Amino acid sequence: MAQLKKILAGTFAVMMTAAVFAGCGDSSSSSNGGAATSGGSDASTADGGNGGGSDVGDLKLTKDARIKQTAQGSDASKNVIKIYTWNDEFKSRLRNFYPSYDKEASKFKINDEGKEEVGEKEYLKNGKEIKWVTTPSDNNAYQNKLDDDLKAQAGSDDKIDMFLVEADYALKYVNGPYVMPVKEIGITDDDIKDQYKYTQEVVTDANGDLEGVTWQATPGLFAYRRDIAKEVLGTDDPTEVQAQLSDWDKFNDVAAKMKEKGYFMLSGYDDSYRTFSNNVKKAWVNNNYEIVVDDNLMKWVDQTKEYTDKGYNNGTSLWNDQWKADQGSSGKVFGFFYSTWGINFTLVEQAEDHAGKKDGLYGKYAVCEGPQAYYWGGTWICAADGTDNVEEVKDIMKYMACDKDTLLNITKTTQDYTNNQPAMEELAKNFSSEFLGGQNHIALFVAAAPKIDCSKMGPYDQGLNESFQAAFKDYFTGNVKSKEEALENFYTKAIEKYSELKKPAN
Amino acid sequence: MRRKSISYAKWGYIFTAPFFIAFFVFNLVPLVSTMYNSFFENYLVRGTTQIGPNWVGFANYQELFTKDLGKFFGNTLILQMLGFIPQIFFSLLFASWFTDLRLKLKTGAYKIIFYLPNVIMAAAMGMLFFTLFSQSGPINSVYQSITGAESPYMFFDHIWSQRGIISLINFLMWYGNTTIMLMAAINGIDPSLYESAQIDGANPTQTFWKITIPLIRPILVYVLITSLIGGLQMFDVPQIITNGGESVNRTSMTIVMYLNKHLYSKNYGMAGALSVILFIVAGVLSMLIFMLNRESDGKKKKKKGGKR
Repeated sequence: MAQLKKILAGTFAVMMTAAVFAGCGDSSSSSNGGAATSGGSDASTADGGNGGGSDVGDLKLTKDARIKQTAQGSDASKNVIKIYTWNDEFKSRLRNFYPSYDKEASKFKINDEGKEEVGEKEYLKNGKEIKWVTTPSDNNAYQNKLDDDLKAQAGSDDKIDMFLVEADYALKYVNGPYVMPVKEIGITDDDIKDQYKYTQEVVTDANGDLEGVTWQATPGLFAYRRDIAKEVLGTDDPTEVQAQLSDWDKFNDVAAKMKEKGYFMLSGYDDSYRTFSNNVKKAWVNNNYEIVVDDNLMKWVDQTKEYTDKGYNNGTSLWNDQWKADQGSSGKVFGFFYSTWGINFTLVEQAEDHAGKKDGLYGKYAVCEGPQAYYWGGTWICAADGTDNVEEVKDIMKYMACDKDTLLNITKTTQDYTNNQPAMEELAKNFSSEFLGGQNHIALFVAAAPKIDCSKMGPYDQGLNESFQAAFKDYFTGNVKSKEEALENFYTKAIEKYSELKKPAN
Repeated sequence: MRRKSISYAKWGYIFTAPFFIAFFVFNLVPLVSTMYNSFFENYLVRGTTQIGPNWVGFANYQELFTKDLGKFFGNTLILQMLGFIPQIFFSLLFASWFTDLRLKLKTGAYKIIFYLPNVIMAAAMGMLFFTLFSQSGPINSVYQSITGAESPYMFFDHIWSQRGIISLINFLMWYGNTTIMLMAAINGIDPSLYESAQIDGANPTQTFWKITIPLIRPILVYVLITSLIGGLQMFDVPQIITNGGESVNRTSMTIVMYLNKHLYSKNYGMAGALSVILFIVAGVLSMLIFMLNRESDGKKKKKKGGKR
C-alpha cells in the first residue's frame, strides 16, 4: 500500500510539473471554418518546386471577404469610441485639433513639463467616451493584439470602432477581412481629392476600394545638428550642407571628417536603413511566398559594416535609450534620417532636455534632402468593420484627414507635414520652423512628397525589417563572421515569424 | 472483535475531488490536446487565415531537431549553471554561518533581506540591470572613469558579458531562497553531533565537510534538481535583456523563449511539438527526484528493520 501511495504521489508530482509546461503550450484548435481561402491556401500548396523564384513578381494579395457581423453592439459599446493604437501621436492630434473633442470633460491640459494630461476618461462633445487601446508595436505585438481582437469582433457586443495601421503592415489589414471601406463610412471622393495620391494607393485594396485615410504624408529628410555642421563643415546653411551630402560618396567623406573631430556621423546601425529599404526594386516577398532580399538592402549592410568598423556610428539600435540620448544635447551624433513625423514628434521630444522649455537642442537642428530621397512610415486611420459608431468615425476621419483648416492648423502648430497637397504648397511659400532654427522645412517636404513610390510595400514589412536588422546587427558587431551566415540567420528568424514564407529556392 | 459499520472512505474521495476535477479540466485536457496538436501543421497566415490543421505526423519534431533545438537547450543549461554555481556556494556559506551556534548571529533581518530580490518581478529586475549596464548607464560611467577608456563597454553586444548579467540576476533572485532551504536542512541536524565533534577537537572546516555536507546531501540534490527544472522555464530575465532572444546571435535564447517565438507567430503545431519535448525533459528530471527520494526512504527502512 505504501508503495502504491508513493507511486501515486510521484506520478502526480510529474503531472503537476508537466502541467506547468502544458499551460504554455495550450493551443485552441478552433478551426477558422471556411475562412481559409485566397492567399493563405497558396502558401501551403506552393511547395511544388518553383525553381525560378526571380521572375514570379511581387506578392499580389487578393481581398478577403468581409465577415458577417453576428452580434450587435451593446448600448455601452455604442457610447464608447474604441480606438486601437500603438503610440500617442494620433491621441495628441485628436485631443488638440478635433473640434468635437471635449477638452473640459476629458480634463485635458498641458502640464508644467509641457506634456499633455487627460483625466481618467475622455469624451467627445456629444457625450460619448473615447477609449484608447494602446499596444507597443515592437516585435509585431500591436499586430497580434489587433488580430486577436478583430477576430472576435463579429460575435462581440463590445465593438472596436477604429484602428490605426502603419505603412509596414497596412496592406495586411487593407486586404484583410476586418476593415470597412472608407466609402461605406461616408467619405466622398470630393473629401479626399487634395490628398497625396500615394497615401491613398497604400491603403487601396486588391479590388480598388479605399480602406483608410491619413492626415500626414511622410517624405524623409536628413536632420543634422547645426553646431556640429558649423564646426566640422564650416557652415550650417542647409543648402551648403546638402551640397556636401548629396550622394553616398560625399556622405562617406563627411563621415570621415566627423570621426576626425570626435563626432559620429550616425547614431546606430539602422539609421540609414530606410533610405535603402524604401528604395528597393523588389518587394520583400514574391508571389511564391519566397523571401526576396533586394540588392539595395545588401548595400545597406556593406555601408553599415564599413561605418561600424571605422567608428562612424555609435553602435546603437533604433528606438533604444542610447539612440534617443544621442539626439539630445549630450549626443555626439551629427545627424539622423527622419521623415516628417520623426522630426516634429520624435526628434523634438529627444532634443528638448526639459520638454516644453525649448532649451537643449531646440532650434539647433536643421534638415536637408540627404544623399537619397526616401520615405518612412505613416499612420493610417481605418474603420473597423462592425463599428457601432459610424457617424463618429466618419466625422473623425473627415476632420482629421480631409479638412483643410484642421490640417493647416496641425502643420502650423506641430510642424507635422499634413496630407493636403495644395494647402502644403501654399504654406511652403512662407514658413519658418522655430525648432529648426527658422528653416522652412515644409518647402523641402513639398519637393520630396510627390516622389514617394510605395509600390514595393507589403504586408510582411515590419516583421521582415526587424528580423533583417536583428540578424545583421550580429554581423556588424562581429559576432557573426560572414554575410552569408547572417543571411541564413535572417531566413530562420523570418520563417519562424511567418510560417507561410519560404527561403528562396536558389 | 469490533467492526465499523460506517465507512468514512467516501469523504476522502469527496474532499479530494475538487483537485482532480480542476486537474482534469485545466491541466490534463490541455496537456493531451497539446500533444495531439503537435502532430498537425496548424498556423495563421497574416493573423487572419488559418492553415490546417493538417496531419503531418512527426514532421514538426523532425523540423525542430534539424534546427537549433540543441543550441537552445545548451543555452538554457549554460545560463542555469552560471547562475547555480555561485548560488549554491553563497547559499551554503550563509546557511552555515547563520546556523553556527558559536557565531550566534541574529538572522531574522538577513533572511528577509536575502529573500527580497525574489519578491521583485523578474521583468523589473531585467529592466533594472539592462539600464545599469547600458551603453550610457552607471556601470559604464564607472568603467570609463576608472580605465579612461574612450568608448563604453557594450555588455549586450558580447556573448559572455550578456550571459553573465543574466546569470547574475538569476543568482541574486534565487540565492536567498536556497539559503533559507539549506538553513532549514542544517537546523534539522542533531546539535549533539556538532558538540561531540568539537569535544573531539574537530575545527569548523572539518565539522562542515564531515557533518553538515553529508547530512544535507538529500536536500542539496533536491535543490539542484528543482533549480534545473526551474531553469528549464527560464524566460523573463533573458527575454528582457536580449531583446526577445535575438541579441548576440541567439546565444542567450532559452528553450521557453524559443517556444514563445512559435506561439507568438501563432504556429500551434510547432509550439505543441516543442512543449512536448519540454514535457519529456521535465518529466525525466521529476522522475529523478522521485527516485532519489525513494532511495533515501528505503535506507531508513533498512535501519528500522535492523532492530527486529
